[in-house]
Amino acid sequence: MNLAYRDVRHNLFRFVLTCLGLSLLMAVVLAMIGIYNGLVADALNIVKAPQVDLWVVESGTQGPFAEASKIPGGTRDAVARLHGVTEAGSIVYQTVEASHAGNTLRLHVIGYESGHPGGPRMIAEGRGITQTHFELVAARKTGLAVGDRIRLGRDNFSVVGLVEDVMNSAGDPAVFITLADAQTLQSQLAPPAERVQAARGAGLLESADSVAAVIARLESTADAHDVAQTVRQWKHLGALTQDEQEAILLDSVVDRAKRQIGLFLAILLTVSAVVIALIIYTMTMEKLKQIATLKLIGAPDRTIVGLIVQQSLALGMVGWSFGLVLILLVKDYFPRRVVLEPVNAAALAGIIIVVCIAASGLGVRAALKVDPATAIGG
Amino acid sequence: MEPVRQPLVEIAGVSKHYGEGETRVDALSNIDLKVRRGEVVALLGPSGSGKTTLLNIIGCIIAPTAGRVTLDGELVYDNRWLRGDLRRLRLDKIGFIFQFHNLLPFLNARDNVALVLTLAGRPASEAQARATELLDYLEVGHRAGAMPALLSGGEAQRVAIARALANSPRIILADEPTAALDSKRAGIVMDLLRKLAAEQDACIVAVTHDEKIYDRFDRLFQLRDGVLENEAGKGS
Repeated sequence: MNLAYRDVRHNLFRFVLTCLGLSLLMAVVLAMIGIYNGLVADALNIVKAPQVDLWVVESGTQGPFAEASKIPGGTRDAVARLHGVTEAGSIVYQTVEASHAGNTLRLHVIGYESGHPGGPRMIAEGRGITQTHFELVAARKTGLAVGDRIRLGRDNFSVVGLVEDVMNSAGDPAVFITLADAQTLQSQLAPPAERVQAARGAGLLESADSVAAVIARLESTADAHDVAQTVRQWKHLGALTQDEQEAILLDSVVDRAKRQIGLFLAILLTVSAVVIALIIYTMTMEKLKQIATLKLIGAPDRTIVGLIVQQSLALGMVGWSFGLVLILLVKDYFPRRVVLEPVNAAALAGIIIVVCIAASGLGVRAALKVDPATAIGG
Repeated sequence: MEPVRQPLVEIAGVSKHYGEGETRVDALSNIDLKVRRGEVVALLGPSGSGKTTLLNIIGCIIAPTAGRVTLDGELVYDNRWLRGDLRRLRLDKIGFIFQFHNLLPFLNARDNVALVLTLAGRPASEAQARATELLDYLEVGHRAGAMPALLSGGEAQRVAIARALANSPRIILADEPTAALDSKRAGIVMDLLRKLAAEQDACIVAVTHDEKIYDRFDRLFQLRDGVLENEAGKGS
């Protein structure tokens, strides 16, 4: 005869209501874990997307994500000729705001060379860029559809394809355009500013043939560190291996946000533990007379401890399950990507089990202190 | 010649006090009491006279400060008895009937009775069968599936009696067993307890203030300020 189950069944409505309250807390915890993962995944996604082994950037910078980097466009040919390099491509990154269908879109623009590394990995809908100018492949999160037209700078672009889940570490969805279009977008001025520059006889402010980085794929036998070292011998260039680039992103770009979310997560788990402990304690205090009766009729301590701990675990696990279902239902409506892996849910379940057992300690202590004599008399 | 009936409850020189020095309160002083098989006795006395303390000592709930307590031939409260042993003794040999029945609200009538048997290690099917048998005997078998909140006062008290009898205890302790019942039902419950005590060769020690049921007891003991004054006469 399971007393915990019988008691829960007897007070089912109240138990379910309590579980629902707890599940909201669990959903927030899972959301924070998902946002944390999403932040890391997004940051790494943009670095992993080109599937390269080496990033050649401006000397003395940690570009192009952590710092601005600008190198001559011709660098790509020099890098491609290095021993061990199989492919190289120039790439440009910038963030712009554009209007579409009455909305302002913040877009992470990636300019790449067709036929070289740096373009969209897999087209989910439509096709890749085939024209030299004014075609665009957008991340689905932009809300753009194949066939849409959008103005970037002074030019109109046609959306020819869509990709999934490509965005920068700030959560801005990406669009891919040709390198030439991206360089134009980066260097061209608004007409009034251009007129002022022309009147001064200054022309363009700087060379349009510059790129943020050159990315390279290496032969499987090549050592990325050796190639990077070779590149660094050119004094105006720096080089980062893929691992170094990922480490820079995690350590510098998203580190503060990651720690902030981590801290918030720890606070939420602490709050959950306190809430569970209070609920269990209150539930136990309401049952003191019944516990005294159980003791009086000869129930061993383990029966009473089992009653409290099992209810605590049931509360935690049902709350966790409801919370998981809730977050899975709503995670796609979050403005930032929420990435929940099975291991995260399992880890939280493990933590909740530990928290429930620890939290029920307060109730168990109160129950074990109950004098069976209190069952006798009014 | 009638055989000598051995006492199931034998209390000799039992005292109980709380606190020390100026704060010392003597709850019981040098109590001697014997209750034999089949006997139904009452502890009478005003509030604070020590009735409940004596009931708790017989029920292995609190230890006396001095004196000897022998239950069904076993000397308890000496140094050999651990808390778990006293719990086991309560489970095996003592049945409790409370003023307000104290049924567990989340178990139906049958399960409230079967719980005691389950705690004693009896298989679930056997516990359920015995519970049903007891409830039928106490004429509440038709309410076996009902939750305590849906039972009348008389029905709930009979279920509580069934629970107290489930393990066939030798000693039944009752705290104001008829306080929540009208006089007719109180008489029925007391007659039932007398009958059960006789059938199970058990004894009943009850605390009561209900003068209407004094005639249902074999002996009445008057307690005043922790002292067992005398064996009161029935109807007194």
